[in-house]
Amino acid sequence: MKIMVAVKRVVDYAVKIRIKPDKSGVETQNVNMSMNPFCEIALEEALKIKESGLAKEVVAVTMGPSNCVDTLRTGLAMGADRGIHVEAARDLVPLSVAKVLKKLVEVENPGLLILGKQAIDDDCNQTGQMIAALLGWPQGTFASKVVLDKEKQVATVDREVDGGLETLCLDLPAVITTDLRLNQPRYATLPNIMKAKSKPIKRYTPEELNVEIKSGLEVVQVTEPPKRKAGVILSSVDELIDKLKNEAHVI
Amino acid sequence: MEKWRATSNLRRSLKSILNRQLKFRYLNEKRSCQSSFNLIRDCKSLGQVNAIQHRCFSSASTLVQRNPSFSTLNSDDISYFKGLLGEKSVIQDEDRLETVNTDWMHKYKGSSKLLLLPRSTEEVAQILRYCNSRCLAVVPQGGNTGLVGGSVPVFDEVIVNVSSMKNIISFDKVSGILVCEAGCILENLISFLDNQGFIMPLDLGAKGSCQIGGNVSTNAGGLRLVRYGSLHENVLGLEAVLANGDVLDMLGTLRKDNTGYDLKHLFIGSEGSLGIVTKVSILTPPKLSSVNIAFLACNDYSSCQKLLMEAKRKLGEILSAFEFLDTEAMNLVLHQFDGVRNPLPASMHNFYILIETTGSDESYNREKLEAFLLSSMEDGLISDGVLAQDINQASSFWRIREGVPEALMKAGAVYKYDLSLPVEKMYDLVDDMRIRLGDLAKVVGYGHLGDGNLHLNVSAPEYDDKILEQIEPYVYEWTSKHRGSISAEHGLGLMKANKVYYSKSAETVQTMASIKKLLDPNGILNPYKVLPHSLNS
Repeated sequence: MKIMVAVKRVVDYAVKIRIKPDKSGVETQNVNMSMNPFCEIALEEALKIKESGLAKEVVAVTMGPSNCVDTLRTGLAMGADRGIHVEAARDLVPLSVAKVLKKLVEVENPGLLILGKQAIDDDCNQTGQMIAALLGWPQGTFASKVVLDKEKQVATVDREVDGGLETLCLDLPAVITTDLRLNQPRYATLPNIMKAKSKPIKRYTPEELNVEIKSGLEVVQVTEPPKRKAGVILSSVDELIDKLKNEAHVI
Repeated sequence: MEKWRATSNLRRSLKSILNRQLKFRYLNEKRSCQSSFNLIRDCKSLGQVNAIQHRCFSSASTLVQRNPSFSTLNSDDISYFKGLLGEKSVIQDEDRLETVNTDWMHKYKGSSKLLLLPRSTEEVAQILRYCNSRCLAVVPQGGNTGLVGGSVPVFDEVIVNVSSMKNIISFDKVSGILVCEAGCILENLISFLDNQGFIMPLDLGAKGSCQIGGNVSTNAGGLRLVRYGSLHENVLGLEAVLANGDVLDMLGTLRKDNTGYDLKHLFIGSEGSLGIVTKVSILTPPKLSSVNIAFLACNDYSSCQKLLMEAKRKLGEILSAFEFLDTEAMNLVLHQFDGVRNPLPASMHNFYILIETTGSDESYNREKLEAFLLSSMEDGLISDGVLAQDINQASSFWRIREGVPEALMKAGAVYKYDLSLPVEKMYDLVDDMRIRLGDLAKVVGYGHLGDGNLHLNVSAPEYDDKILEQIEPYVYEWTSKHRGSISAEHGLGLMKANKVYYSKSAETVQTMASIKKLLDPNGILNPYKVLPHSLNS
């Protein structure tokens, strides 16, 4: 079975985000970029499944400008076998990503598609669900545990939901999106980094795949959240009641 | 007549010994809450200096005795300070005094009755002028993270803590020169500079608590010395207050200034014994965008050395840190902290090396580092290694190396030694100590391999004289034989006050004592520390 993992290049999780002066977006020049943490977890899960013998190959996919290849290299250094880079001039919205992935799935025929639950730059949490709908595949999102059964060709997924944990049984092929507690991603070891240099990366363009990536969304403005106002120390209960009544209007 | 005077003198001095009880205790607590025990010990022959005692009639030569020429605090003094600083800055509260009287390792505890928190250089000057006139001993204190007992009182010295002086005075974005007060916490300075696109030239595990005044007074080394040099190179100027209250304004911001003797270097590393540093002017390097970090494993110490040589040659200008830890250190950290995992779990290796590179061009630097690592691997210098792929992974590598001192504290009693040795010989000492101590204690070696600085730590469940006998003076003699330094970066403090002769000649030390006498004739600044007691009369 082949596993396809989608990874995204985002601003590093530990970086302090700054907004561009013209409020058109987040500052990404001269800022450390790295693989989306949830994508790392997805790749780690795919590698674990491969190491347990239930899969033969792990293919890492990324989309975006040419510097996205760095993320693919990280993925290959972690242990993925092949990389696919879909060249696109700017960031793609989840629907476009899902459409491209659908075409790639038709080419590659994986038995399992694993993605991170969301990207930490847009927090959309849409791509996994959209691709499952486009493909007509079952989906197990917010996975905190994945167990594959090869004979029955099912995946048992524990999902982290608001009320607790939900266990689903999905027929393969299926889409899984990963949540934080699924696993701890491995480090890229030097021998793997060395091997990664010779692993192939195939390039596509959206036109080659016959996908329309025009976005129906336009970002109008990006601003910082309002600064939290300092608290006020009150001197008496009367003052508290007065403030609650006249300023906060809650009583 | 003479005889009478002689005997009455004797009686007076005996009485004073009896009255002023030596309250210098070894306090030994495990940091975790599970079991805490206080060991108040009675040691008579702990090396040549330190001793704890309940009974007052021990052999005088092996004790630190309170210098009888220092006065004791009285209520007039307290009123004066309250009038000078205001009630809030004069602390006599027992609980707060407890913290400032004890050092970070809970190894040294003084019995000061007064903590002063000045907010300006002028207040510091007036405090010292008064204390000098009254002959009250003073301990300058900052973050209290020192490891040689130099930041806490030995007896009842007045603690002058500069934590309230934490303003950043100015920062020049073009030259990167930062001027700030001595009480600024290092981590705060690092965050401030981060916003401006610069970094501090020094970085240490204690950055969350240590203050720049203390760093300068102890000439702190840290993790980046191999790249940015020591504080002697980076401090452009400072302002210090002498024992008599005179303020020496040497707060220059010039890279080059050859006018007269460069006195600031006396204060850098003098551990508060020549003056209290109140302001610092420091040159900060620009923050470079590309930082890469690798965590590597080596089979033996000679590979570590060769790796260092290769790194200096092949990584050259981008190398910014080269640290090592041995298996024992790694085991300790993994054992004491949850949430820390071994980056190289396949097997336990003998030595772990952490290499960091900092440069301006991400792809160039990454390629350079990868090429270096791969060729070292092919040459058999490294047996395994990982390269951090994002900032979180990088922090986790640093957590391991920076966490060793904390892990040692949690593991029980620790004897700490900080030595500069020729790189080829460094680990021989660790092996020797392992043989000497056998089952008595665990010997852990780690440190700044790039600077030739070994942190030799002996860890045991409890403090025990038998262990100490095996360590001292063997470690100092070994170091001295190889012309090393018995204190590479921690300073002398109280712990090594009488040990300076292992690394410096008698004439040099005599000259140091003359300078001390010149700048602090009454000897009120941080007494009993840094220089041998025999020289202070």
